[in-house]
Amino acid sequence: MTQLNELTLAQARDAIAARTVSAVELTQAHVDAVEKARSLGAFVTETPERALAMAKASDARIASGDAGPLEGLPLGIKDLYATRDVHTQACSHILDGFKPAYESTVTGQLWRDGAVMLGKLNMDEFAMGSSNETSFYGPVASPWTPPNWSKEQARAALAGDKKGLLVPGGSSGGSASAVAAHLCLAATASDTGGSIRQPAAFTGTVGIKPTYGRCSRWGMVAFASSLDQAGPIARTVRDCAIMLRSMAGFDPKDTTSVDAPVPDYEKAVGGSVKGLKIGIPKEYRVEGMSEEIDALWRQGMDWLRAAGAEIVDISLPHTKYALPAYYIVAPAEASSNLARYDGVRYGLRAPGRDISDMYEQTRAAGFGPEVRRRIMIGTYVLSAGYYDAYYVRAQKIRTLIRQDFEAAFHAGVDAILTPATPSPAFGIGEKTSADPVEMYLNDVFTVTVNMAGLPGLAVPAGLSRDGLPLGLQLIGRPFGEETLFSVAQIVEDAAGRVRLPEPWWT
Amino acid sequence: MSVDQATVRRIAHLARIAVKDEDVPHLQQELNAILAFVEELDAVNVDGVEPMTSVIPMKMRLRADEVTDQAGSAVVVANAPQREDHFFTVPKVVE
Repeated sequence: MTQLNELTLAQARDAIAARTVSAVELTQAHVDAVEKARSLGAFVTETPERALAMAKASDARIASGDAGPLEGLPLGIKDLYATRDVHTQACSHILDGFKPAYESTVTGQLWRDGAVMLGKLNMDEFAMGSSNETSFYGPVASPWTPPNWSKEQARAALAGDKKGLLVPGGSSGGSASAVAAHLCLAATASDTGGSIRQPAAFTGTVGIKPTYGRCSRWGMVAFASSLDQAGPIARTVRDCAIMLRSMAGFDPKDTTSVDAPVPDYEKAVGGSVKGLKIGIPKEYRVEGMSEEIDALWRQGMDWLRAAGAEIVDISLPHTKYALPAYYIVAPAEASSNLARYDGVRYGLRAPGRDISDMYEQTRAAGFGPEVRRRIMIGTYVLSAGYYDAYYVRAQKIRTLIRQDFEAAFHAGVDAILTPATPSPAFGIGEKTSADPVEMYLNDVFTVTVNMAGLPGLAVPAGLSRDGLPLGLQLIGRPFGEETLFSVAQIVEDAAGRVRLPEPWWT
Repeated sequence: MSVDQATVRRIAHLARIAVKDEDVPHLQQELNAILAFVEELDAVNVDGVEPMTSVIPMKMRLRADEVTDQAGSAVVVANAPQREDHFFTVPKVVE
């Protein structure tokens, strides 16, 4: 029989509804899997007692006929979601010891619907990174191993500094690793420039960043407020659809939350794509793109064409400016959002000669190098004399990027198909050169979507020559998530479910 | 555009992050790498383009100006690294 933690979220839900498995049994299987996988570094805090107490309460609700849509399903929560009385630090040292007195809206809705919390997941510090290597709590290993590595070799690296093992991507690296390693049925994640889609692509999992405003940002540690959006990572398209329905919805506590009904996304899974127009943007054929990524992309087009969709060439002329514009807008907003960490109200405090020195010493001790770099860039581009040249110009370019997409949608395009990442996963410690831009290029295909506020989904579509997962990205119209789920299911069916690695780490 | 070392120190101070002297040269190098990367944007004609101010076009909602959070001061200061009674404490500000 399949291990309980290897069920999909939908299968687990159905097994619970049929009462062939109890929430406590399902949760215990996951608690055990999490404990045995500690060396991967996916979780930064485990909450097994709470998980089992929640599962017990779920079983009581199931017995009394009050089960919610996620009743008894164990999930992992990215460390940037505020969870009441539980470690919430966005994996930064500066939030040392922080335990919020409140619950984020998104996680609150998951518990409302009956889900069970296994603990908090590792991530890049303040979600700034593409490999999970900027976390104060150290890197996360992907359950996928480097080509030609033996299990013994991988285990030895895991017991040491993890160097050479594969990154799960970032910033939602803990989420992607935990889902791919069957430590939780699904996980919350967040996406500012690609932080859901890139790790999903690197680990053979599915991730969706919904339309900006679809999920409440209340209680999520802020990075760049006009780009941040919550979303799930799960093992199937259907599981993502189930998760998003519970995570999404209007929240008066977030002024950018959109007051629109939440569809039953699962109903869109398996929907026909006949007659849908799928755009192929020529600007995504970037210089130096590898043959295998190009082949994957063409394979995706063939699958959709075979399912009755119409493949059309489109142009998004400002694509190449999205990443540089992002590296003005995101750091600018981050420098403002992270001004709150001053050693007074929460987290770390370092001693200083006077109050100003206390601020400076606290922030020097509390922020890691990548966060410091981005705060400094943001401070610079917002400083007197540079605001118009950098920040306002970048926001104008953002308008042009959005207009490119609007023109395509106006011409009848229903969704856009692109590669999710320019390469498969790389090794821990491999991209630590003096040039931070090298790492930023990971987000070249995903960042446009955040700049335009659109929904984007990454779905596994095949393996690289070396046997590592590769993903395709689907970009939708604003609030076009249902179309993305329908199209993504075609890709998942055609590619076949990814065979995730056996647990070599235990 | 690129920054010199004095500018790196000025930015660090504006950002209220203490920077050690030996960190200034590599910070300068990293910041200049990013500034060189974004230079590409100068090539775009943005004449007459409105800057994006709202990601999803929507009307800003207002709410009544009233107390909504009754958590109380004990909860508010609970995470403070230093506190006295229900107050945050900081190094002396006024001589």
